[in-house]
Amino acid sequence: MTYLDHAATTPLLPEVLAAMTEQLGRVGNASSLHASGRAARRSAEQSRERLAEALGARPSEVLFTGGGTESDNLAVKGMFWARRQADPRRRRIVVSPVEHHAVLDSVEWLAKHDGADLTWLTVEPSGRVSPASLAEALGDGSDVAVASVMWANNEIGTVSDIAALVEVAHEVGVPLHTDAVQAVGQVPVDFAASGADALTMTGHKLGGPMGAGALLLRRDAECTPLLHGGGQERDVRSGTLDVAAIVGLAVAAVTAVGSREQRTARVAELRNRLVAGIVDLVPDVMLNGAPLDDRIAGGPGRLPGNAHLSFAGAEGDALLMLLDARGIECSTGSACSAGVARPSHVLLAVGADADRARSSLRFSLGHTSTDDDVDSVLEVIAPVVERARRAGLGKR
Amino acid sequence: MRVLAAMSGGVDSAVAAALAVDAGHDVTGVHLALSPDRQTLRSGARGCCSVEDAHDARRVADELGIPFYVWDLADRFSEDVVDDFVAEYAAGRTPNPCLRCNEKIKFSAVLDRALALGFDAVVTGHHARLADGELRRSVDAAKDQSYVLGVLRPDQLAAAMFPLGSMTKDRVREIAAERGFAVAAKPDSHDICFIPDGDTRGFLARRLGSRPGPVVDAASGATVGEHDGTYGFTVGQRKGLGVTVGDQRPRYVLGIEPVSRTVTIGTRELAGIATVRTGAPTWTGPAPRLPFSAQVQLRAHAEPVACEVTADDGGLRITLAETQRGVAPGQSAVLYEPDATLGDRVVGQAAVARAL
Repeated sequence: MTYLDHAATTPLLPEVLAAMTEQLGRVGNASSLHASGRAARRSAEQSRERLAEALGARPSEVLFTGGGTESDNLAVKGMFWARRQADPRRRRIVVSPVEHHAVLDSVEWLAKHDGADLTWLTVEPSGRVSPASLAEALGDGSDVAVASVMWANNEIGTVSDIAALVEVAHEVGVPLHTDAVQAVGQVPVDFAASGADALTMTGHKLGGPMGAGALLLRRDAECTPLLHGGGQERDVRSGTLDVAAIVGLAVAAVTAVGSREQRTARVAELRNRLVAGIVDLVPDVMLNGAPLDDRIAGGPGRLPGNAHLSFAGAEGDALLMLLDARGIECSTGSACSAGVARPSHVLLAVGADADRARSSLRFSLGHTSTDDDVDSVLEVIAPVVERARRAGLGKR
Repeated sequence: MRVLAAMSGGVDSAVAAALAVDAGHDVTGVHLALSPDRQTLRSGARGCCSVEDAHDARRVADELGIPFYVWDLADRFSEDVVDDFVAEYAAGRTPNPCLRCNEKIKFSAVLDRALALGFDAVVTGHHARLADGELRRSVDAAKDQSYVLGVLRPDQLAAAMFPLGSMTKDRVREIAAERGFAVAAKPDSHDICFIPDGDTRGFLARRLGSRPGPVVDAASGATVGEHDGTYGFTVGQRKGLGVTVGDQRPRYVLGIEPVSRTVTIGTRELAGIATVRTGAPTWTGPAPRLPFSAQVQLRAHAEPVACEVTADDGGLRITLAETQRGVAPGQSAVLYEPDATLGDRVVGQAAVARAL
């Protein structure tokens, strides 16, 4: 089996499994006052401190959540509600069109049900959001509740300069949320240095457990809760802490951030060989997103494990199926819950036509990827694309 | 063989896929997403392509341990089946969308794509027998679907597999239950899948708008009422005509004239049809030598009647042994060669052009 879908989820790290297994055997609600509760609390708080340190945040800025989707919902809705309540003129949300659906569907829900006005940022052909485009969209900022721009795109892997965007937003007094689910552990992410008001991260893209993530939220950020209850997380997020998952999340983040430079250098090399090999073997291939060696803000301009390619005249679905039948697992980058592929909103936003969007595949490499994985793809890719092209785009 | 199983999410296609796996084939499941707005059909109890149905199909595929994908054919379905359905009604004819879907989608778009992707055959849960290239009625007469497959040509049948034709529907449900499929007790779908509420007239009214015209009694030539659109009527229809004629005898729709929007009605004697003229026929095997004797089925659930088939200006002239009512232009006249042992064999079909 050749697993090249690490951006969907990446295998659990052995040290995470060990730490979680140990914690799962212990009783104790971190909110209880007795000895078992105190022990659980200690594990959770140690994890909070370790996670904060790995990401350049203060422990009090870490809110544990159920993962990336919850963190995105909490940040976007919570900051919109809080900021509009403070000043009813703030009805605008400035957002990039290449966001993950957790952000897109949240802001669209706010527009449909809660009077939000959406301003869509223009993106460069690489998928990057420029400070100039954000400045233009914000105007004087007086009517803007919140801005949201992802750190790195989940489909095409393009990294934006979040610190520069934050600077622009703060100049007009607008807080910025960034979805860094794909960025953490792949590119340098320092919450304090970025200046962002809120940052979404999740465990299972780092080798941690699913269902565990965090929202890094500045102490002075205004955010109305989504989940009401025991008030465990600064009264912004309620729910009994899943201590084992939190322990796993922290171990994963510390490990992924600590190993980042060495690991991503190796992964980028594999990715570069994969892309070069495919381009060499298959005619009419187009790399989507930023160039492989792109740089931004002193770091990679493209996620080191991301290879997103369009195969003109072939349908992504067909490629996926033919590769799956040959033991190679990758992604078309977008699928709705019913599994019907729609042209990717990300590719459409960067100017691709629907056919190019439909003809794309995402290979995402990660910590377990090897030279053999790359060889396996290169062995079959040419005949697979040829066959898929014969089957056409499924349209007349 | 590498076989593609078209899985609707119902019990029939689930069991058909399972039987293909049992037969040793390398099976891949696909669910065809046909509705452009899947959320709309989500609430429909019987729509065959709702999100829940995709989920049901996926569950079965996972149990069988076969790969499963959703193919989005909404655009083609909309053009080739739904738009055709509306256009046929607008032209005063009565289409059969299931037959059109088999002709244009399942055994054309899907089959072509399957063959191009390296599959050898497409297996479906249709109740019909197919062996040695010969298409025959199912052993379960009540569930037989050979009528809506009658439009298939030899090349399409050569790459089709219908493993359910030799068993009853009850047996299909038994097999599903034995395997623990959650769909074992799922109700049969009866309605047109893209009209999940069953209100065909309402659906057509939304698509075609109000197109009023007269209802004329054939015997007197008098206008006896008004209608909102000829698409609300089918030749042979008796109920829901919305008019009463003096003598109180039941009236049937005899004809629909789309240009003047005239719906002609008449009494039982006038509704009898003895001869059917058709468009160009398709054959399931080598074209038979004309003329020949056969049985013809004129609607999805009609009883077959004996007939003589002769050539007629590019189409067929089908002379019925007994007069029939409800022979609507646009419906398929599917021709069968009776065979009590192996099952009646489908010879071919042609669309009814005129009923005389």
